[in-house]
Amino acid sequence: MTRPDRLIYMANQIAAFFAAQPGDAAIGVAGHLKSFWDPHMRAEILAWRAAGGEGLSPVALEAVARLEAAAPAR
Amino acid sequence: MARLLDFDLGTPQASGAPVTLTVDGRSVTVPAGTSILRAAAEAGTQIPKLCATDSLEAFGSCRLCLVEIDGRAGTPASCTTPVAEGMAVRTQTPKLAKLRRGVMELYISDHPLDCLTCAANGDCELQDMAGAVGLREVRYGYEGENHLGLPCDESNPYFTFDPAKCIVCSRCVRACDEVQGTLALSVEDRGFDSKIAAGQGELFLSSECVSCGACVQACPTAALTEKAVIEIGQPERAEVTTCAYCGVGCTFKAEMRGEELVRMVPWKDGKANHGHSCVKGRFAWGYATHRERILEPMIRASIAEPWRTVSWDEAIAYAASEFARIEAAHGPYALGGITSSRCTNEETYLVQKMIRARFGVNNVDTCARVCHSPTGYGLKTAFGTSAGTQDFDSVEHADVILVIGANPTDGHPVFASRMKRRLRKGAKLIVIDPRRIDLVRTPHVEAAHHLALRPGANVAVLTALAHVIVAEGLVDTAFVRERCDPEDFAAWAEHVARPEHSPEATEATTGVPASTVRAAARLYATGGNAAIYYGLGVTEHSQGSTSVMAIANLAMATGNVGRPGVGVNPLRGQNNVQGACDMGSFPHELAGYRHVSDDATRALFEAAWGASLDPEPGLRIPNMLDAAVAGRFKGLYVQGEDILQSDPNTRHVAAGLAAMECVIVHDLFLNETANYAHVFLPGSTFLEKNGTFTNAERRIQRVRKVMSPRNGLEDWEITQKLSNALGYPMAYDHPSQIMDEIARLTPTFAGVSYDLLEREGSVQWPCNDAAPTGTPVMHLERFVRGAGKFVLTDYVPTDEKVGPRFPLLLTTGRILSQYNVGAQTRRTDNVLWHEEDVLEIHPQDAEDRGVREGDWVRLASRAGDTTLRARITDRVAPGVVYTTFHHPGTQANVVTTDYSDWATNCPEYKVTAVQVAPSNGPSDWQARYEAMSERSRRIVAPESQAEPAE
Repeated sequence: MTRPDRLIYMANQIAAFFAAQPGDAAIGVAGHLKSFWDPHMRAEILAWRAAGGEGLSPVALEAVARLEAAAPAR
Repeated sequence: MARLLDFDLGTPQASGAPVTLTVDGRSVTVPAGTSILRAAAEAGTQIPKLCATDSLEAFGSCRLCLVEIDGRAGTPASCTTPVAEGMAVRTQTPKLAKLRRGVMELYISDHPLDCLTCAANGDCELQDMAGAVGLREVRYGYEGENHLGLPCDESNPYFTFDPAKCIVCSRCVRACDEVQGTLALSVEDRGFDSKIAAGQGELFLSSECVSCGACVQACPTAALTEKAVIEIGQPERAEVTTCAYCGVGCTFKAEMRGEELVRMVPWKDGKANHGHSCVKGRFAWGYATHRERILEPMIRASIAEPWRTVSWDEAIAYAASEFARIEAAHGPYALGGITSSRCTNEETYLVQKMIRARFGVNNVDTCARVCHSPTGYGLKTAFGTSAGTQDFDSVEHADVILVIGANPTDGHPVFASRMKRRLRKGAKLIVIDPRRIDLVRTPHVEAAHHLALRPGANVAVLTALAHVIVAEGLVDTAFVRERCDPEDFAAWAEHVARPEHSPEATEATTGVPASTVRAAARLYATGGNAAIYYGLGVTEHSQGSTSVMAIANLAMATGNVGRPGVGVNPLRGQNNVQGACDMGSFPHELAGYRHVSDDATRALFEAAWGASLDPEPGLRIPNMLDAAVAGRFKGLYVQGEDILQSDPNTRHVAAGLAAMECVIVHDLFLNETANYAHVFLPGSTFLEKNGTFTNAERRIQRVRKVMSPRNGLEDWEITQKLSNALGYPMAYDHPSQIMDEIARLTPTFAGVSYDLLEREGSVQWPCNDAAPTGTPVMHLERFVRGAGKFVLTDYVPTDEKVGPRFPLLLTTGRILSQYNVGAQTRRTDNVLWHEEDVLEIHPQDAEDRGVREGDWVRLASRAGDTTLRARITDRVAPGVVYTTFHHPGTQANVVTTDYSDWATNCPEYKVTAVQVAPSNGPSDWQARYEAMSERSRRIVAPESQAEPAE
């Protein structure tokens, strides 16, 4: 699959913010992705994680793991 | 319909205890400090006057408003004499009549007697006063020395100054001083030689005059007159409407002759502008009739073809069929809509409704994406509402004004004048900006502290300010204890107090001396009411949302929220940024900032709209473009926005647009985005439609149709036609019905209606049962979210790094005379002040590169390059360059990158690593783009469209 560079970058940016907050950063990141990312973008990042998730920061990886299954592909 | 001539009470309102006096035997009670002139006017007696007007402090020079007061000697000027308890004033006596006639006789003896051919005939106070005092003869002829032969200054494109008609009353000088705060005008020489001078005796155009029009408005004669009045004649009717430029939301009287606009006069009763204006709102409306405006719909099958003009029915049917085809072939998620913050609330609401309800997707966004979306995220997180906390009047109560990442004198000039007036009265100023904006040092105003930080270091500076406030014990503990979440505060205080956040530790990152940061923090925390005003220099960063939350932290920690004079105030770039956000334009929210995943909210809208709505967020503008490049997004309806010129990384935007199968551009002009469009729907100007705009202080104001739409339809009607053609019926007869629907569905707008706006003039949301006439200041007793939330704001450096190839940092902004992508202002005489974008570069950086003033330079980044002329100035620090993005020939956004705010994808316009080198002229890319643009704008002449005769 094509590496979704921009989405990886965005997920890592979000993770960098929540990593600095008190509490579970991955929950914060996952919540943000659910609230603001269109389901296709979420599906792409989930697929990338399933393929190894190269480039995703540890917090972003954990967050994507917790993300609910994406809506049906569109 | 508004009054053409305003009622003038002579001097400003006072606010003292009640005082009762009699004027010509009539009793009147007014506040102590009121002038006799004003008290008389309030009692219904018009005392003749020339140098007095109620927008200016009394001056006492014209000697017409003389009165007699029982028990006092002489005939004092009523404008400069305050009322007193029991005072008995006589305004009409034989003695006064003789004195006034004598004064008027002297004025008229040195004034051209061309009333019948004078442009001010019918709107001339001198003429009126001659009548009022009963002047019947002028004994002094023109044989003696006079001013009648003085040359007229026609240099300004919008108004003339004819010194022959000037009575040197100083109203223009005082308007420039008191209202505008530029102090460009003065009275030169003394006695008979006295004359009004712009700058150092220069022409108006070459002086520091900013063409706000305050002097023209104040002039009681024809000395300062709008050229449009000279050309067209006096207006015969007026309608109050709202300016379509920046987020200040000035209201104007559009003064008309038939269907022709004669002039825009700032409305005295306007609650945002209080009768003031800037060069754009006052004068730059000529684009409405510019020859390049497109008035007929056009279509084409491919962007390689020329445009073909068609009927409205054909254009709408073609657009609908193309969207239906794309939906059938690629599904509804391949479609979306974008609105502009230049659109009315009602238009914006309709577009998002059409996309959501007809296609069942949330692929809607607004240009606030690229400006203030971090404000929405940040303030909602901290306070619970995606809006500024104050009204503009609040600044009158501020003791400390902190301006960060905003350039109010250029971007929000009318509010800047209010701010400067407060600063002249003694409020202290802190400016945080990489560039030495005008506000740092301007007549009678000087910032106490200018924190000239490196672009991209906002969060480091804001957190360092917080460090000082916590470490030095300057927190308002009572406010925090009462109003904020204690756990969040404790975590935040511990965090910012760490040594790594100290001004000393961050100095190398921010470039701001630690002592300056400490002094600014102390002033902000201890200087009394402290108000923060910020702009896109805060939001358009990779940490834009973090910066907004860092600002909210400062305000909460120091107790500067919830009363007049304080607060967090985003200065919105465009007229309806706030409204566009309020109306549910973001892909994750419905109107009133309610998430699409909220079942109850969705059910409310589904019932009202008769459609099933998607519970998942849709694509944002940059996501749409990414998806288009990836082949998944195929059709876009763009209302009023020029994403090709305004959005970052132009080549990527162009690639996204080029990959789409149907781009519908709904605009006034063939803008840059239209180069990639297949359907062009000609729009109506703000003068040609009804609706509302919501300004930066949450103030909802009417836009009134003052002339028929030259394109035939108001913009909301066009969207409605498109929606109907797409199979989602809409049947509004008037935008008031759209607002009624918004009010039914949006709790913060529940009380808003056109009837209410008619009665109140304007209201600030929330406007509902709890606040039937609106809410000037928010979070008075508690935050909307309950307890205020402190958020940790670690500085994360941008990934846009300088290095050997790109050693300079580019930051972008705007200039007073131009607006946004310039589509409107470039088509007015405002180009006289700014005919091209230029690159500001520090003398040292210029010297290092062999660049001289006015040279062409190549500005290159990792994203692209362009060329423009250099302006050498120490306004920018070494290592920083600056430009504007008003001209498509320059396309500053060819250079800006895809980096964006972590939370909202708001582009990082303010930080781009670049190199600057001498150049011979426009780049190859610019030449290619210009050629492409010219090809794309071809329109087939109607006769060549006709079928050949058989």
